[in-house]
Amino acid sequence: MVEWSDFERATIQDIFSKMEYEVVGPAALSRCLVVYPWTQRYFGNFGNLYNAAAIIANPLVAKHGTTILHGLDRAVKNMDDIKATYAELSVLHSEKLHVDPDNFKLLSDCLTIVVAAKLGKAFTGDVQAAFQKFLAVVVSSLGMQYH
Amino acid sequence: MVEWTDKERSTVSAIWEKIDIDVIGPEALARVLIVYPWTERYFGTFGDIFSATAVLGNAKVAAHGKVVLKALDSAVKNMDNIKATYADLSRLHYEKLSVDPDNFKLLADCITIAVACKLKSALNPQAQATWQKFLSVVVDAMSSQYF
Repeated sequence: MVEWSDFERATIQDIFSKMEYEVVGPAALSRCLVVYPWTQRYFGNFGNLYNAAAIIANPLVAKHGTTILHGLDRAVKNMDDIKATYAELSVLHSEKLHVDPDNFKLLSDCLTIVVAAKLGKAFTGDVQAAFQKFLAVVVSSLGMQYH
Repeated sequence: MVEWTDKERSTVSAIWEKIDIDVIGPEALARVLIVYPWTERYFGTFGDIFSATAVLGNAKVAAHGKVVLKALDSAVKNMDNIKATYADLSRLHYEKLSVDPDNFKLLADCITIAVACKLKSALNPQAQATWQKFLSVVVDAMSSQYF
């Protein structure tokens, strides 16, 4: 089981309590689609993703980005059992959506960059370590039901 | 050989111009030591680097951070031949310093995060994509003399 220090718990709760889901979610997903273009293959029914401007302006991308970010809420509320929390979501991504689990890391990297840009100096090394640890546990849980 | 569009070249130069090497260098190296603590093993002569506070206050970390980031200047000025530019440095890190090349990627990630904290929304998705492409070419070049 993952051990969390008081600082790590407080940091994660703090970041998410101040989270602007409708800004950060879309920003993270659109970055993923722009920076790692092969990820666009998962969104064939999202319409125009032909260039960065189209991706950033795409309302389906924005909506889905918000949905994904809210998906993290359950992990924030259940930090002591993230693995069980995401068991079903992992099965869904593996069996139904056929998402290569490497992509979870890419999205988490983009989310880290968006949060870093938003918090600026407040995103200290300690905060970065806590946030990346949290996302690493989430990423690992999402990959857990793949076979 | 790596192809660069005019836009990518000007993006890398523009970002480089906005970066204060004396600030971002120390910050990026400090983040590596804090977020990926096993990297401390490479800096046995630096004194106390065993807590975030110690790392952030350590003069040798700061000095070395500047050295490392200054070395990126050669890549910015020689974007068409980054591999040859870093051949000697790669050999040094392999033969003399015995650095696991996976760590180059960690440093690149921390540089990107430090840049994101500083530039915030100016590091838009396209700029991030270009900057990460640039750093991944550097990371490749630094790994090129390993066998």
